[in-house]
Amino acid sequence: MDLSQLVFYLCAGLAVASSVLMITRKNPVYSAMFLVLTLFSLAAIYVLLNAHFLAALQVLVYAGAILVLFLFVIMLLNLGHDVEPDVRPLIAWVFGGGLGLVLLAELVVALRTVEATPGVDLLSVWFQEKGAVAGVAEPLFRTQLIAVEVAGLLLLVAMVGAVVLAKRKS
Amino acid sequence: MLQESLALSGILFSIGVVGVLLRRNVIVIFMSIELMLNAVNLTFVALSRSAGIEGQLFVIFVMTVAAAEAAIGLAIIISIFRHYESVDIRKFRLLRW
Repeated sequence: MDLSQLVFYLCAGLAVASSVLMITRKNPVYSAMFLVLTLFSLAAIYVLLNAHFLAALQVLVYAGAILVLFLFVIMLLNLGHDVEPDVRPLIAWVFGGGLGLVLLAELVVALRTVEATPGVDLLSVWFQEKGAVAGVAEPLFRTQLIAVEVAGLLLLVAMVGAVVLAKRKS
Repeated sequence: MLQESLALSGILFSIGVVGVLLRRNVIVIFMSIELMLNAVNLTFVALSRSAGIEGQLFVIFVMTVAAAEAAIGLAIIISIFRHYESVDIRKFRLLRW
């Protein structure tokens, strides 16, 4: 087992453990912290999978922006202390856990159909030629230009919508 | 590493679904949805190694939509919290407030 595989298993274990902790903590602040840990270990896995730019984006956008938004809302609503146990009762645990296991089995069956040996590693050659950022940016702005414009429009609409929704009605 | 990544993304997606089913705090449900989006992103990145760069491009769009969704959703949560003084999903029964 070489080093990259070792790092992969370490990060994968960290991601699974912290996501399980995330859905079981009572305090939403702890949940947010464990979600940050999951996102960071996913960023490390992206690096191992030849997606360096996406790893940086993951840290910036998810851990930097979205999680700050979550924490900000938790503290704005003053939910950090005197938490009531909001986890559902035991019967729901049995039902929900069983449903989750069924879904997991389905996903494993579906994903096993992907062949085990990917023929050629296209991306490492591609990124050595172009560089980590240009390798993503060039096809993004050449072939997906309309989608980029639409995504910008979506962000504008989301921004205006968030302001309108959160504004106090006078 | 492809098979392991796909297995990991399946596990993370299932954990996200279980979180949505088992929690009553609306903010934690939201975090579980983010976890599911991340699991799908991991699938895209893992498959893009052999299938081409388009998987990584799509992850960028998924992140954009996730950011927009988080902003809108949290604004809705704040707006509902002003009315009900709670983030418990059982108390949200009406669409108008």
